[in-house]
Order: sequence, then structure tokens, then C-alpha cells
Amino acid sequence: MEASRDDFVIAIRSAFLKKGNKQRFSLIFLIIFSIIFLALGKLNFKAIDYIKISINEIVYRSAFIASLPENYIQKGYNTAINHFNIYNDYNKIKSENQKLKSEKISNNFIVHENKRLKKIVDDYVTISDVVVAKVLIDKKSPFLRSIIINKGSKDNVKLGMAVIDGIYLAGKVVEVNFTTARILLLSDLNSKIPVTIEPVGLQSILSGTGKNDGKIQYLKEEYKIENESSVYTSGSGGIFKAGIPIGKIKNIPGVEIGVDFFSDFTQLKFVKIVSFQKEEN
Amino acid sequence: MEQFAKNTIFKSLLKYAPIALLFISVLNEFDFNYLELKYFSFNFPFILIFYWSLKKSESLGYGLIFIAGLINDVVVGFPMGISSLSYLLICGFTAYLRNITLRPNMLQDWLFFLLTIVFASSLSYSLLVLFFSFKLNYADLLVNLLFTFLFYGIFAYLFQIYNKLAFEKKDD
Repeated sequence: MEASRDDFVIAIRSAFLKKGNKQRFSLIFLIIFSIIFLALGKLNFKAIDYIKISINEIVYRSAFIASLPENYIQKGYNTAINHFNIYNDYNKIKSENQKLKSEKISNNFIVHENKRLKKIVDDYVTISDVVVAKVLIDKKSPFLRSIIINKGSKDNVKLGMAVIDGIYLAGKVVEVNFTTARILLLSDLNSKIPVTIEPVGLQSILSGTGKNDGKIQYLKEEYKIENESSVYTSGSGGIFKAGIPIGKIKNIPGVEIGVDFFSDFTQLKFVKIVSFQKEEN
Repeated sequence: MEQFAKNTIFKSLLKYAPIALLFISVLNEFDFNYLELKYFSFNFPFILIFYWSLKKSESLGYGLIFIAGLINDVVVGFPMGISSLSYLLICGFTAYLRNITLRPNMLQDWLFFLLTIVFASSLSYSLLVLFFSFKLNYADLLVNLLFTFLFYGIFAYLFQIYNKLAFEKKDD
């Protein structure tokens, strides 16, 4: 019994403490080094931030090149799927277009009226900075939903700026390097955005599910929300302006109040990075 | 003579293929996530590191594995050092397995791989949740581990063929 315990200790010691064949470092040294990295990162040690930013700059560019073959496969796969769905999509789009044309006429009037009223209550905000960025890396990791764009602090991208796909909100900037930035998508588990649910006007928080959808959180059970209700940014917190369309309430298995995003985060190629400010009278 | 030189260069290129594949996989996250198959994902670097540090430890340097881990953290957006720690733990487990094994056995390696990835993932994700306040979907994590475990068999077989072709000397 004593001998087998000794063998175990010797094997462990040999595995972790001794340098392996043709190895420059021992395992234990590098493991301790990793732990130090983690601890300093947790303590927001400046040197770690600088190392991270330097590695980010190199890695994001290299990852873009390394992703090219996989992107070609992905593109081919998506093209094939699109071809199969093309006729159904055409019919759907045709009927939607008819509906939208008629809605647009009445909407124009409402938009102008809304602008006028918001100016009266001093809540009219305009987009102050717009940066158009290309998506460099879109990893679709099962754990984190984020993308890397090719614009950074050099192009006046700042932490917390809104990321817009067309007219829909896609996420916000959570990390800024010199020439690149990381966007946390709305579908990420760690994303939390204050929203308004219309037409009822309920205020709530939208969180990601970690898949391609979102969920409404922190809402009292007594409130009833109908399917197909629209979700917009509420403007609370002052980061985003109120009324940016996000998605529609939808039944999603396993989610109490699910949100189907208007923007398809799997197809992002270019996005707008914007910040908002109140219009000067 | 020229043929000999060409062969030598080709052989040394083959020797670096596992480490090159590791770097490509961390930069590119080779895991078919774009297929958007529900619950499907696997961790290719775990398989690659486990197999090559078990069968041919000199083909993957610990220092390079550490750097690959840092790159993975940057690409995925995890705190720096977390992937390096789990990759190096896998190396530690394989070094231990190598020390205690007299007759290598595929089934034993496979089961030990399960133990290794469960330990390494549990540790790294516990650190993420407890110290860095990350929210994770545990069902996804379990499925990721399950597929990584299942795929080990396939990749180990492919690597074995490559190992024979690239590293074993032929008797002329």
C-alpha cells in the first residue's frame, strides 16, 4: 500500500516537476505562470492589459486570415441552404412587401409627429458619431457570443457604443484595442440591455440566451405579454437612445419570455458603431 | 543528394504539423459551430494536445502550448491564462499517464482522456464562474465535453495513421 502511494507521488512529481524530453520549461513553472496571469488580470494589473492589447492586435488579424478557409466552407454551406429556400422566401417577401408599403405611408406621418413631440419635451437625440466597421472574426462559440471588428480607438470607437445592423440593435462595444474592438452581441448570456415592450409600454431587461435568441428578465408575473409584441431599447441608463428596434416576443422552448432578434447575428458582415447625444436647439 | 535534402526538409515540416494544427485550431476554432447544429460543439485543441503530448511529447513544446492557450483566450474572449492552464493540466495528466503505463492501450487512453477533460474543464469553468463572474450554460458545456470525448476516438485513429507515416522510420 505504502509502495503504491510512493509510485503515485513519484509519477506525479516526474510529470509536473521534471522537464520533459526536449522541453524548455517544466509544466509546474508554466502552470504557476498561467495562474499569475489570471490573478493579475483579475486585479486589473496595467501590464497585463498592455500585453492583452498587443496580443489582441496580432491575433485578431491572424485569426482573420486563419478563418478564411473555414469561412469559404461556411459561405458555401449557407449558399446551398439559401438556394433550397429561395422560392419560399420569394413568396414570403412578396406578401411582406405589400404589407410594408401600406404601413410605410401611415408611419411617415407618425415619425414626423413623434420628432416634433420629442423636441417639445427635450428628449430628441441624434446620432453623433458613426463608424462603419467590417466584421473580422465571428466565432459562434457555444459559450460566448461576440464578434471582432476592424475599427478601434484609432477610429474613435469607445467602450459602450451601440452596434447597429441596418436599423436594428446588435450589441455593444465591450473591448477596444488600437485598430480592433470586441462587440458583445445581444444573444450572449452576459448581455443586459434595458428595453421597452410595445404596445403595452412595459420596462424590462433583455438578456441573451447564449443561442441566437434573447429573454425578458425581471418582469413581474402579473404582466401579460402577447406574442409578436415588439421590443425596443428604453433609453434608460443613457447609453442607447430610446426606440432602437431589437426583436419580437416569441415562444422559445425552455425560455419563459423569449425574444426573436430582428437582426441575424450569424450573417453580420458590416455593422455601424454609433454613439448618441441630445440635439442642441 | 538533392532528393535527400528535400526529404529532410519535408520530414521536418511533418514534425511541426501537430503544433501548426494547434495554432490554426485556436485561431480558427475548428469545431463546426457554423453548422448551427443544436447542442453540437467539441474542443479540438483538447484532443490534439492530449494525443500528441501522450504519444509524442516532443512534438508539442509546453511553452508553445502555453502561448496557444493565451491566443485561444484572446480569440474567445476569456480572461488571459485560463486556456493555458487547462491545456497545461492536460499535458500534466498525459505525462502522468505515460509514466505509469507499461503497455499502451487505446481504451485506457480514451477513458483517461474523459477524466482529464472533465477535470481541466471543471477547473477552468469554475474559475470563470467564481472569480470572473461569467455566466455559462452548463448543458452546453456538458454536451461539448461529451462530443470532445466521443471525437477523441476518431481523431486518435487519424493521428495514429499520421504518426506512423510521418515519424516511424522505414527499414530499407
